[in-house]
Amino acid sequence: MSDPGHPVDLSALAADDPNPHAGDPTVNTTATVTTRTPEAIQAGRIDPVERPRAVLGCTDVSVYYGDFRAVNEVTMDIGVHEITALIGPSGCGKSTVLRSLNRMNDLIPGTRVTGTISYHGQDIYAKDVDPIEVRRRIGMVFQKPNPFPKSIYDNVAYGPKVTGMKTSNMDDVVEESLRGAALWDEVKDKLKQSAYGLSGGQQQRLCIARTIAVKPEVILMDEPCSALDPIATARIEDLMMELKKDYTIVIVTHNMQQAARVADRTAFFTAEAAEGNGDRTGHLVEFDLTSKIFSNPGDNRTEDYISGRFG
Amino acid sequence: MSQLSAGAGTSTPSRGLRPSPDRPSLTSSSPRRLEKAAYGFLVLAAGVSVLTTVGIVVSLALPAFQFFREVGVGEYLTGTSWTPRFTEKSYGVLPLITGTLWTTAIALAVCIPLGLGAAIYLSEYASTKVRKTFKPVLELLAGVPSVVYGLFAVTFVGPVVLKQWFGIEVQTFSVLAAGLVLGVMIIPTVASLAEDAMSAVPRSLREASYGLGANRMRTVLRVVFPAAVSGIAASIVLALSRAVGETMIVTMASGSQAKIVTDPLEGGQTMTGFIASAALGDSVQGSLQYNTLFAVGITLFVLTLIINLISIRLVNRFREIY
Ligand SMILES: Nc1ncnc2c1ncn2[C@@H]1O[C@H](COP(=O)(O)OP(=O)(O)OP(=O)(O)O)[C@@H](O)[C@H]1O
Ligand SMILES: [Mg+2]
Repeated sequence: MSDPGHPVDLSALAADDPNPHAGDPTVNTTATVTTRTPEAIQAGRIDPVERPRAVLGCTDVSVYYGDFRAVNEVTMDIGVHEITALIGPSGCGKSTVLRSLNRMNDLIPGTRVTGTISYHGQDIYAKDVDPIEVRRRIGMVFQKPNPFPKSIYDNVAYGPKVTGMKTSNMDDVVEESLRGAALWDEVKDKLKQSAYGLSGGQQQRLCIARTIAVKPEVILMDEPCSALDPIATARIEDLMMELKKDYTIVIVTHNMQQAARVADRTAFFTAEAAEGNGDRTGHLVEFDLTSKIFSNPGDNRTEDYISGRFG
Repeated sequence: MSQLSAGAGTSTPSRGLRPSPDRPSLTSSSPRRLEKAAYGFLVLAAGVSVLTTVGIVVSLALPAFQFFREVGVGEYLTGTSWTPRFTEKSYGVLPLITGTLWTTAIALAVCIPLGLGAAIYLSEYASTKVRKTFKPVLELLAGVPSVVYGLFAVTFVGPVVLKQWFGIEVQTFSVLAAGLVLGVMIIPTVASLAEDAMSAVPRSLREASYGLGANRMRTVLRVVFPAAVSGIAASIVLALSRAVGETMIVTMASGSQAKIVTDPLEGGQTMTGFIASAALGDSVQGSLQYNTLFAVGITLFVLTLIINLISIRLVNRFREIY
């Protein structure tokens, strides 16, 4: 709690068993790759083909809605201070995967996740993990801007307040977050006005400001620009590049150019009918550096999709 | 219409602008009688309810007006003794008002926390299955006739629950027993309406809150509740009106002794209780005794109106925060 920048322990009742997977090599997938620091990545000193230094690691993750398996056996790592894009045709389970990364799926009755999703080596679906703590560290921005029906100020202050963050001065937190979301100059004179008076693009940046106010480590974004015009989209993209320095970002997008522009790595999903029944289950086709995915994909389906021949 | 036809009449008949006979005409092809009949019925339906309301007010107001010519508003509103049926008559309505206020206050103290608690549980915590079974049961409960509740108050809540279980020395008729049961009767109304209001809050707002690491209670109190405030307030206002206006329970359980109520363990007559019992009596139409009923009726009406107005004010104040 006191050091939100580098949270590791998610246990609500961590007293007796603070890290159940400490000695478990299958969960702690990438802790050995220590040379891949964010500075090194940014400076381009690291061999780009190397696996990302993972904040989040998915191993054989399948997600079910009741009996329906929406995605099957996804294995991928989310690299620290990287932007990871999830692309693929509609219904292939991008949102489902994204929402399972911070246990947002818990809110939908009947969802089930198998496999492991680990955050700094700790299984976020372990019994002693508090989903509230998970979501504190792994924040989310949604497809449709969803500010609270409160003032701009209260929207940003909401997270710090409800999570009991120790803040010496809330005004500073609000200003800092709004600046971080490149919204401060536009709203600084109307902080007490309703957030509903903002434009769609401003509302979405407010939602980003609200998310970074609780200082998560990872920000999940589900098609954050799909309701926005090209100018507002460009602003959000610039913002993402800026935020990448401090945060790790996972973004779902239908916009190929957007993925190509902002993402360090791209995961391509598709849905194929399962044998037996006709359920279309999504799965990960290819996960690689964005440059590779867009210039030299390893799978025909990826190539077809990004060149617009499919999906 | 008239302009168009006038224009057509004065202009020289030009060939090109005339609709050719094979072009479909825009005039209505059928007179649409059914639609007109339906429209007429709807107007009638709306009119009947408005007229009924006006009728009620007028029929209340006229005898009440007669009453106040004889008794005087000041004496009526400030008098502390209500004995219209005794030989020594006195027309101070305060005893009835205190009876109503006590039963209403006790009822609200029961139905607001329990009703809202049930609503929060149903809309935010219960599984879909629980909600789907619980809500119809709740609504069924709202349909139990109030005379059954009245019986329950006199025979069970007063003597058994309060006296035996809790050792509270209530009298045979008490505003406490009446108020408690009244509150229980209103719980389903509050719960059902408030649940509707809370369920109508978009899921995206809840997700936003959870996505920031808020827990359920905080999400409910800080996001769902404020967003649903007008619906929740409506449920409380309705509860209030029902508590003030409910008749059977209070007539049966709080007794028919009109006196200023200072102790909830005692009985006391409410305004509705008085009207119900006195209306069954043999007052001659046009007599003062008869007009008294209407004076109390209109007092009840005005009181409810005032309560509603205050509630609306409060809700608007509360909403201005956003
Ligand atoms: N709440 C839910 N209950 C049941 N099935 C769901 C639910 N949400 C999604 N699904 C199903 O899971 C599959 C994947 O859905 P998901 O929303 O993850 O797709 P997506 O890739 O995000 O699609 P889009 O690009 O259209 O947003 C779909 O078949 C969908 O019907
Ligand atoms: Mg989606």
